[in-house]
Amino acid sequence: MAMKEIRLHGRGGQGAVKAAQLVVRAAVNGGKQAQFIPFFGVERKGSPVFGYLRVADEPIRRKTQIYTPDMLLILDDSLVMLPETYAGLKEGGVIIINSTKSAEELNIPPQAGTVAEVDATAIAEKHLGRNIPNTTILGAFGKVSDLVDTETLFSTIEEIFGKENRNCAEEAYEAVTIIKK
Amino acid sequence: MADRAYITPIADEDLYVLDTASWRVYRPVMDKSKCVECGMCMTYCPVRAIIGTDDKKYKITYDYCKGCGICAAECPRKAIDMVLEGGAE
Amino acid sequence: MGVIKVLTGNYSASEGAALCRPDLIAAYPITPQSSVVEYLAGKVHNGVLDSNLVQVESEHSAMSVVEGAAYAGGRVFTATSAQGLALMYEPYFRMATLRLPMVMAIATREMTSPETIWSGQQDAMSVRDAGWIQMFCDDNQEITDMVIQAYKIAEDEGVLIPVNVCYDGFYSSHLTTGVDLPLQEEVDAFLPPVHFNHATLDPDHPISLDPMTPGNLLMKYRRSHLEAMKRVPEVVDRIDKEFGDKFGRYYGGMISEYRIEDAEIVIITVGGMTGAGMDAVDAARENGIKAGLVKLRFTRPFPAARVAKALEGKKAFAVIDRSVCFGWSCGPMYMETKASLADAADQYCHFSAIGGLGGADISTDMIYSTIQKLEDNKETKTELETQWYITE
Repeated sequence: MAMKEIRLHGRGGQGAVKAAQLVVRAAVNGGKQAQFIPFFGVERKGSPVFGYLRVADEPIRRKTQIYTPDMLLILDDSLVMLPETYAGLKEGGVIIINSTKSAEELNIPPQAGTVAEVDATAIAEKHLGRNIPNTTILGAFGKVSDLVDTETLFSTIEEIFGKENRNCAEEAYEAVTIIKK
Repeated sequence: MADRAYITPIADEDLYVLDTASWRVYRPVMDKSKCVECGMCMTYCPVRAIIGTDDKKYKITYDYCKGCGICAAECPRKAIDMVLEGGAE
Repeated sequence: MGVIKVLTGNYSASEGAALCRPDLIAAYPITPQSSVVEYLAGKVHNGVLDSNLVQVESEHSAMSVVEGAAYAGGRVFTATSAQGLALMYEPYFRMATLRLPMVMAIATREMTSPETIWSGQQDAMSVRDAGWIQMFCDDNQEITDMVIQAYKIAEDEGVLIPVNVCYDGFYSSHLTTGVDLPLQEEVDAFLPPVHFNHATLDPDHPISLDPMTPGNLLMKYRRSHLEAMKRVPEVVDRIDKEFGDKFGRYYGGMISEYRIEDAEIVIITVGGMTGAGMDAVDAARENGIKAGLVKLRFTRPFPAARVAKALEGKKAFAVIDRSVCFGWSCGPMYMETKASLADAADQYCHFSAIGGLGGADISTDMIYSTIQKLEDNKETKTELETQWYITE
């Protein structure tokens, strides 16, 4: 499997960093190579957070930002208004987004391939009582991508964050819908 | 004045428009039935979001409140609750 | 075989330090180093690490406290970045010039001003003439491995100089990936217990440590320090081999080389940019450019002989610096590379490339542009203007 570059977009406090670190752990546990670099402007709640996640079979050497992502994982749909969110998405790139909006409302870029959305905020509030959509969106990630073995992902979520978070991920796995092919 | 470019980093525009209120996830809400108007909250607020009114009472303004929760933590009467933004006033 | 753990760069440094059984740790938090000591504090608190963790109120105190522990013959560890390194400069200089071994991790960060907290190498570079051994890591595995090797290098009887293990702030310090952690027994077998005693304060054998020293005598100490620095490359190479034989990972010693043998174009890198540099070299090779890479692992002492040898017969080189050399219009490692070549520099097309300051990224595209510029000018045997990785 050639290296896949996934760019995460979230806001401080939504758990983007922890989610990506979890994917690294699941990938490494599954015998793959993985790397995650967080990037913040200001390190505080509400501030846009970028995550640069890479998964590959071969060792990953570069430690740079991601300019041409294969996939976007967006934890907060208000971020689609910022130009850097969709910038550089590869032709046919996949978008997974925490949202209930339509593809038009989300201004999906023309080159996007599959766009999957799930109301991670609602699912998280239901199971956790808080708007921390990170483990939830990992459920959607598990369904839509085949980068990490799903069972490994879910058991890693349970191991690190507990059963309730696993429930979030499992519900998102079922609830995620494709809004553009 | 090309010579003046990039000498010392200064900013002299847009200094006062930082919308720190948008950073809030939780907002502090005073329970006036418990409040004894001691003013500790105002003393501790790092952004001066809590003000004293003319009649020596204290109120929280939400223009710049970041929701840090220090006022709630410092209130000796536990009269301030941190409520999820978008929840009930 | 060790245990695979998923760690950030900072935690990789912490794990490396813990495995070396430090007697005392004292550090002050600063972005981006903070989690190094938080992690170690957690281990001490949980009884996993038997170390004396001293809480201090500044980096100046941190270095002073570890210095004191080193006077007592202890193995000590600290970590810092940028402004913290600047604040501890006075005891930092003294640590090296008293010839006390220790290891300090630096999560390198840009120096203010302009105001910044992000990645850069100016901090480590600006103290390169304070007598420490300095080395720069590329990835998290190397961070763990080099903290362990660094103690052995520092405590070597022929060396007795403290070591900085540097790695890029944020781009390495906050980077999460899998690391093969050596087992405690393996490290114990590799790294003997601390044993230096050339300056140890012991009430049963009183000495006066660092009395007022007249100039003529001071110069002898400086000369001895410089002589010890000359012995470092051999020690580094020897320990690299020992480590590789035991743990299966060889790093090349003072420098490492990538696709150098038949290269015409060479880029020289320092720290985490090396990974992207290798990817850029591969891409260039696919486009018919005979590119190669030299990674400056140790910058103090500067590996002059090995760099000169690696560049022998090549046509063009550039050094990518993540810092500037004030007073010269270029980066500091470029200056020193040129000095290694002396007159031979005239045989090459060469220039300094500066990028990645203040948290800016050094992308594979930027490095490729340097390779392309070298390729386009490879027959010119001239020094070109410094290339800046700035998007206007």
